[in-house]
Amino acid sequence: MFAYVVRRLLATIPIMALVAVFVFMLLHMSPGDPAVVIAGDFASVAQVEEIRTQLGLNDPLHVQFLNWAAGLFRGDLGTSIYSGLPVSRLIGQRIEPTFMLTLTTMIIAITLAIPLGVIAAWKVGTWIDRAVMTVAVLGFSLPVFVLGYALILGGSVRLGWFPVQGYTSIFTSFPGFLRHITLPALTLGLVYMALIARMTRATMLEVLNEDYVRTAYAKGLPTRKVLIKHALKNAMVPISTTIGLGLALLIGGVVVTESVFAIPGLGRLTVDAVLRTDYPVIQGVILVFSLTYVLLNLLIDLTYVLFDPRIRY
Amino acid sequence: MSNAPESDAAALQDRNAAPVLEVEDLRTWFDTRDGVVKAVEGLSFDLRPGEILGVVGESGCGKSITSLSIMQLVPTPPGRYASGAIRFNGRDLLKLSPDEMRRIRGNEISMIFQDPMSSLNPVLTVGDQLTEAIILHQGLGYKGAMTRAREMLDLVHIPEPEARLREYPHQLSGGMRQRVMIAMALSCNPSVLIADEPTTALDVTIQAQILALMEEIRDKLQTAIILITHDLGVVAEMADRVLVMYAGRKVEEANVIDLFERPQHPYTRGLMRSVPRVTGGEASAVERLSEIPGIVPALNNLPKGCVFADRCAFVTDRCRREYPPLVDRGERHLAACWESENLPEWTA
Repeated sequence: MFAYVVRRLLATIPIMALVAVFVFMLLHMSPGDPAVVIAGDFASVAQVEEIRTQLGLNDPLHVQFLNWAAGLFRGDLGTSIYSGLPVSRLIGQRIEPTFMLTLTTMIIAITLAIPLGVIAAWKVGTWIDRAVMTVAVLGFSLPVFVLGYALILGGSVRLGWFPVQGYTSIFTSFPGFLRHITLPALTLGLVYMALIARMTRATMLEVLNEDYVRTAYAKGLPTRKVLIKHALKNAMVPISTTIGLGLALLIGGVVVTESVFAIPGLGRLTVDAVLRTDYPVIQGVILVFSLTYVLLNLLIDLTYVLFDPRIRY
Repeated sequence: MSNAPESDAAALQDRNAAPVLEVEDLRTWFDTRDGVVKAVEGLSFDLRPGEILGVVGESGCGKSITSLSIMQLVPTPPGRYASGAIRFNGRDLLKLSPDEMRRIRGNEISMIFQDPMSSLNPVLTVGDQLTEAIILHQGLGYKGAMTRAREMLDLVHIPEPEARLREYPHQLSGGMRQRVMIAMALSCNPSVLIADEPTTALDVTIQAQILALMEEIRDKLQTAIILITHDLGVVAEMADRVLVMYAGRKVEEANVIDLFERPQHPYTRGLMRSVPRVTGGEASAVERLSEIPGIVPALNNLPKGCVFADRCAFVTDRCRREYPPLVDRGERHLAACWESENLPEWTA
């Protein structure tokens, strides 16, 4: 197990290196010259050139990359072109809302999706199954921004239950946090929930046909026990894989959701950075998201051991 | 048929005992897009304490659906019990509520299945799976159930039961797993054990061990056993009475010796002829194995007369018109054939 974790952690190095190369190339393949942007509309050619030298944009490409990569190892993600602040500090300031939003979304989505999927599989072909699957298809096809504004219109404007926008830290006020996080979490979570519910249903349908499920019924176990103890435990490996892969959906969704609800998180930071062609910030955010994704999927792989004794690392 | 005489005598005595299970005119039908599939059609039999009833027939003859019907594990819909009664100690199981039936399942009637590889849950320990029914039906706590589980593993001759309880099914061999299945089925002292092809998936040597174990358990606990198989050798070795099924119906039923000595139904004869025999003689080695021509009729479109008519060598016009009733040919030897009396002398 320990050896496996070490091996997997080492394997993230080439993955992250590839991401780094890609992220670096992004800057140089994109149109627009950061130096021109920074210098502003009234700068002279000489001023622009000076800024360019300052930023090292005149160095050969590989030198620029090595300088940048060396910085990464020191935890230096560069400096924001727009604000002049270190990117790592900008990310540090913005990480809490995004982390809390993603975590809340995951908790809501998983606790709703798995029971829904199990019930749909159990009641396969009935109206309950069809209702769950309809919601799931809707979840897939409804864009996050449409759903977000619809929820604001219903939950905030009409009913007045939730604030329209904004964010309160969980450390400042827990009720305030809950009020602010509910709608964004639902918005972000629907597609994730749809994905997990569908996977749960499909895997459960397969498992429920297994002989050991019949054995469990033949013992006289109540349905609830057969479904949860015997069937769901067997279905958990594919379900948790989906939970891990689905994180990609969340990362994409977080950018849009934070914009819709004006949450000062990494998603907002990304959008602002893109609008300002603030490349160092974009690079930093992508690196953070990628690393999180890779590490969380490693964590998910490790949970397999909990569900299936035949899996050994 | 080594110990057939003793067990047979026992069965004859038991004929006076009240049956523990009576199946009467059972019809288990499935509503499908292609019409009603009559998987079990008008089946009746009874089972006495300590008796081993062999149920034989080809795949799809309704053997397994019969056992699933008794357990009421037939998925409904599409399945339904169109008629009949399944009386267990006098109570009709078909009239019980799901909850009442649940209390009988795994407790008073239990079942072991064909494939021990897939019938045990791969992600739960043996101990976990064994104690489940004990805790549920016997009201024992976890510790008491574990003790009982260990006793059960002892009963089915599993070495080092303590260690096995903590293991997962994939750590056990096929024979061991079937022993675990048997231990599980017997853990609540059922009066009826249904064994659906319990040895089909096992090596021949292991088969013999498992069968011996089942006989031992019958002798020890007086458990009545319904042994479903397509293996006539197993039936000859184990059963007291035999029920031959074809296309969802009982076509013949007799005491095991009687059945093998004078089979009254052409189908039974066909089954017996299609078993290869190892007699050691040079001549028999080259003897061609006979088969029953044709295939089992589709259960959603059965012929009007005898279901076996299309494959029968002795078929008459009457066979195609009317279904033959089960007639007692002496000593409770029942056969459903118009031509029973005209069949040639049986030479095994």
